[in-house]
Amino acid sequence: MKGIYVVYRKELYRFFASPIFYVVAFIFLALVGYFFYSSVAYYSLLSFQAGRTPFLSEQLNLTDMVLEPFFGSICVVLLLMVPLITMRLFAEEKKTGTIELLFTYPISDRGAVLGKFSAGVSVLALLLAATLPAMFLLEAFTNPPWPTIMGGYLGLLLTCSAFVSLGLFASSLTQNQIIAATIAFGALLLLWIIGWAEALVGPTLGSFLKYLSLLTHFDNFARGILDSRDVFFYLLFTLFFLFTTLRILESRHWRG
Amino acid sequence: MIEVDNLTKLYGSVVALRQVSFRVDQGEIVGFLGPNGAGKTTALRILTCFMPPTSGTARVAGLDCQQHSLEVRGKIGYLPENVPLYPDMTTRRFLAFAAAAKGVSRSRRGQEIERVMEVCTLTSVAERLIGHLSKGYRQRIGIAQALLNDPAILILDEPTIGLDPTQIVEIRSLIKKLGAERTIILSSHILPEVSQICQRILIINNGQIVATDTPANLTVQLQRNLQVYLEVEGPRTEVMQKVEAMAGVLEVKPTDGESSYLIETSRGQDLRPELARTVVESGWQLRELKLQDLSLEDIFMQLITDEEAGEEQE
Repeated sequence: MKGIYVVYRKELYRFFASPIFYVVAFIFLALVGYFFYSSVAYYSLLSFQAGRTPFLSEQLNLTDMVLEPFFGSICVVLLLMVPLITMRLFAEEKKTGTIELLFTYPISDRGAVLGKFSAGVSVLALLLAATLPAMFLLEAFTNPPWPTIMGGYLGLLLTCSAFVSLGLFASSLTQNQIIAATIAFGALLLLWIIGWAEALVGPTLGSFLKYLSLLTHFDNFARGILDSRDVFFYLLFTLFFLFTTLRILESRHWRG
Repeated sequence: MIEVDNLTKLYGSVVALRQVSFRVDQGEIVGFLGPNGAGKTTALRILTCFMPPTSGTARVAGLDCQQHSLEVRGKIGYLPENVPLYPDMTTRRFLAFAAAAKGVSRSRRGQEIERVMEVCTLTSVAERLIGHLSKGYRQRIGIAQALLNDPAILILDEPTIGLDPTQIVEIRSLIKKLGAERTIILSSHILPEVSQICQRILIINNGQIVATDTPANLTVQLQRNLQVYLEVEGPRTEVMQKVEAMAGVLEVKPTDGESSYLIETSRGQDLRPELARTVVESGWQLRELKLQDLSLEDIFMQLITDEEAGEEQE
C-alpha cells in the first residue's frame, strides 16, 4: 500500500489540470440537467391531468416518475463518460514513459493502483455531488423521499467504483488512450445489457447472465431498495478488476 | 555497493544482456559506455528494479533487486533515459510529488526541494509548467528529482544528452562533486564525457562487457601501434615513398592537410628521430613531428569492430 496517498494526490491534481475533466464535467452536468428537467416537466404535466382523473393520481409518485429515470439516466451518462476519465490513468504513463519514474520510486504496485482508483472515484463522486442541487430543487416544491435519494446516490457511487475499476484495468492493458477508452466502453456496455440475453439461453445460464448484468443490480438502487446482494456484487466487481489490474502490472516482471 | 552476477535479459528472442557481471564499490563513479542498443539502459533498468533479469542476480547494498525491490528503490536516485516528466505540473509541484513518493518527511520536504532546485539551478523556473520548459531545464529537473532524499547511489542514464555546452560542463562538475560521497553509475555514448568524469569505464557492446578499466589503463592496454603525426613540406609522392620504405613503418596515411601524414609504426618503436633525419637529409622542411595518443574514441571503435570481426569469423 506504500505510496497510495502520494499517487492519489498526484492523480487528483492531474485530473484538475487537464481539460478532459472540465469537458466531461460540462457535458455530464448538461445531460443530467436535461434529463432531470424533462422528467420533472412530464411529471407535473401528468399531475395536472391527474386532477381530473382520480384513478390516475393513485399511480403517480415521485420515485417512479422522477427519481428512477433520473438515476437511470445518470448511470447511462456515466457509462459513456467514465472511460474518458479513466483512459489516461495508466496508458498515458506508459506512453510518456513516466511509468518508469513511478515504478522506480519506492511505491508499491498496490499503492499505485489504489491511488489511481481512489482518485478516479473521487473525481466522479464530485460530479455526482454536483447533481445534488437538483434534489434540493425538488425539496423546494414537494416532499422528496430522502432515503430513496440516498439509496440512489449510494448505488451511483458503487456503480462509479465498478466502472472506474474496469476503466483502470483497460488503461493498464495498453499505452494508447483511445484503445483503453474503447475497451472500457465496450466492456461496460456489454456488462450493462448482458441480461437481455436471458430469454435466449437456458435458465441456469440465463440467471447467471442476469446476475452479471450491471443494469439488474442498479435497478434496485434506483427504486430505493438497498439489497446487500447488490452492494456485494458491486464490491466484488470492483475488487476483481483492481486485482486483475495489479496482475497486469506485475506481468512486466515475467513477460519478455 | 552494487554486485551484478551473470545477468541475462531477453526480450522475446532478442538478447539484450548476455551473462554480464560487474561490481561497483562505494564512492566510485563508473561509466557505462556503448553504442545505442548495446544494453546500457536495460542493465540500468534492472538495477533500478524497473524490470527483472531473465536470469542472474543484481544486488544493491547487499539487497537483491527482485526480492527487496522497495528497499532498493529507496536507496537509489534514478534519471531515466529521455527524462519522462509530467508536463502539466509545475517544477515545484513535480518535485513535491517526487519527494513525497521517495518518503521525504513532510517537515523536511520544502527544504529538500529548495536544496535540489538550488543545486540544479532551477529556482527561476520553480512555478513554470514543465511542458513549457526547454530540454535543458527538463534534464535538470530529472537530475533534481534523482537527488531528492539524498540517495547513496545515483544511476543516471545519459545525463548530459540534449544540454548545451555550458550546461554540460555544469552537469559534469555537479556529478563529480556528488561523486565525492556517493556511488554513481552513468551511461553515455559520448566518450570524452565518460573519460572526464568516471574513475572506471565499462564498455558494453551487444549485451556483453567488452572491457573494464580506468580510462588511462584502457588507453595503454589497447595501444597496439604507435601513431606519429608528421607535417613536412615536400613532394607528396616522394615523401610517402621514402617514409614507407623505412624499417618499422606499417602504414603511411596522408591526412586532410596539404602536407601532413599519419604514420603507423609497430609497437614500442619510436621512429621520430629517424623520421626527422630522413626529412632533413632529403632536403625537405620539417614543420611538425609528434606522437599521437590513441584516443578513447579509437579504443572504443577498435574494441567494437574487433568483436564484430570475431563474430563474423565464428
